[in-house]
Amino acid sequence: MSTPLRTPMPWAANPSADQPRGNPDVRLSVEQASYVYAPNASQAPLFTLEALSFQAKPGEIIAILGPNASGKSTLLKLISGALEPLSGRVFLNGFATHSLPPKIRAQRVALVQQESRLLFPSRVWEFVLQGRHAHGRGLRFESEDDIVVAKNALAQVGALHLTDRWMDRISGGEKQRVILARALAQQPLLLLLDEPTLHLDIGAQVDLLDSLRRLAAENRYTVVVVTHELNLTGEYADQVVLLQKGKCLRVGAPANVFQRDLLEQVFQAPLNVEMTSSGRPRVTLFSNK
Amino acid sequence: MRPLTLGRLFLRCSILVVILFVVVVIALKLGAVQVSLYGLGRDLIRVLLRQSSSLSSDYGLIVLNIRLPRILLAIVVGASLSVAGASFQALLRNPLADPYVLGISSGAAVGSIVALMIESQLALSPEFAGLITPFGAFLGAAFTIAAVYYLGRRDGQIDSNTLLLGGIITASFLSAIIMFLMSTLTGGNLRGASYWMMGSLSTLPPESLLFLLGIGFFVATGAIYTTASDLNLLLAGEKEAMHLGVDVRRIQIVVYIAASILTGLAVSVSGAIGYVGLLVPHAMRMIFGSDHRMLIPASALGGAIALVIADTIARTVAAPSDLPVGAVTAMVGAPFFIYLLRRRLS
Repeated sequence: MSTPLRTPMPWAANPSADQPRGNPDVRLSVEQASYVYAPNASQAPLFTLEALSFQAKPGEIIAILGPNASGKSTLLKLISGALEPLSGRVFLNGFATHSLPPKIRAQRVALVQQESRLLFPSRVWEFVLQGRHAHGRGLRFESEDDIVVAKNALAQVGALHLTDRWMDRISGGEKQRVILARALAQQPLLLLLDEPTLHLDIGAQVDLLDSLRRLAAENRYTVVVVTHELNLTGEYADQVVLLQKGKCLRVGAPANVFQRDLLEQVFQAPLNVEMTSSGRPRVTLFSNK
Repeated sequence: MRPLTLGRLFLRCSILVVILFVVVVIALKLGAVQVSLYGLGRDLIRVLLRQSSSLSSDYGLIVLNIRLPRILLAIVVGASLSVAGASFQALLRNPLADPYVLGISSGAAVGSIVALMIESQLALSPEFAGLITPFGAFLGAAFTIAAVYYLGRRDGQIDSNTLLLGGIITASFLSAIIMFLMSTLTGGNLRGASYWMMGSLSTLPPESLLFLLGIGFFVATGAIYTTASDLNLLLAGEKEAMHLGVDVRRIQIVVYIAASILTGLAVSVSGAIGYVGLLVPHAMRMIFGSDHRMLIPASALGGAIALVIADTIARTVAAPSDLPVGAVTAMVGAPFFIYLLRRRLS
């Protein structure tokens, strides 16, 4: 993978100094990005994410795959711009995500987290309209456009019938879809999902990933999903970024990344990898005994 | 899907303004000297419509010079405390936050008392001297929030139970300081300990301070209102708000300073009146929902209505003696606090 050499730029905090650049087909470009968690500079780091690079195009689904504590969430934070890489950069359409002002960033990057906590009860439509916040100014009373976008977002995830329900009175799967709808209402270029299938039953997991695949194709989103679900990754991802203990072991199509020895070593479990007729890998797990 | 519109906002606020007007008229009527409601209402509307320039001389003096200023004070103090309460609830992400419960009012009271003591030593010009108390109260409030905020943090996150406990302990500590200051160092300007700890509207502040109170209220509430739609998102947590496009740090600083100003101003003229900032925003949320674009103005008007009612009860229920208004609000507010706490735990 070609990663142009970049020298640290002191003016990088100013997004206007960053000119859009590079290949127009590439939407997301992670270039030698690394991060270190340390309580303070003098102590040994608690966790290190070593420099890694990959690129993603519009319409692609990227899976960040790895066991617990492999650095998946840290990588997602670097991509979302919530953390600034210690070295290297993360570019979205040529702009460093970390240096974008919050509002501009929210217009381009949407993050779906595992759970959204609510302090006071709110309706589904109120929740989805939160996604329009970055597109308004000042007190921003929602416009007709905002309502249309929010309704479309709900329709795209098949949750239009939930519009007037209370957020705390819908099921986990329904809530996950509503949280996704709020992210769609942001009309982002990049859709990030942190373990979206964690609390879902299998039917809801497949539903969610089917809609992600459809949305990536229809809306030309670049989708990045953090997960440790091997088979869902094998079935749905266009590219896999395989992490273990802060190291990126491999980047590529599932068929290239899913190799028995590699996965067994990363996930510490005996398993078997087969190729299905569609060219997608399928993983079977065995007992250790 | 029915998002808030400017029209609906105005309509709802107008209804609250009408209720406030009715409550004020009733409060003007009630008291040791009886005044006819019909006559008073008729006279007030005439004055408002500029058909007449004064109230009937039978009761004009009492109503205009004694009751009205006190009611106006109750309006501004009630509005300030409620807006401060709604803001703290969003800022600290805690539905039980209130300037009094968290000790912020006590901090402002200590700040006021210390300022009054310093002022009596300094021999300043009266206009300037009047401003020292609210400034001291602001500093006291701001310092206390900072302290309670850090007490309430665990592993870098705000823990709502630790926050509440920290606030309650801070309040009790500051009350002890108030008692200490009151019993050892009594200056000419200092009112009694019960004034600062329970709050009372019986003493009218000097005119310059009233003026400052009005200006400060509008500036601080206006500043908070500009962040209203960001506050809606901040309720979901700092990280989530940031990903939805909120400049979290800036909003926190604006709300922190503005809410400290509101609490400081209110406490410097009336002492620490409790639970208004807890009761009113909750009641308004039940009626109008939790959208801060509606909640902030509704809390301001609701707080004004609530404190005018509470103060009317305070000055009539044991007439001719005057109950501290904070005793009335605590009698309603403390059980309500328990109710909210139980409901949250279940």
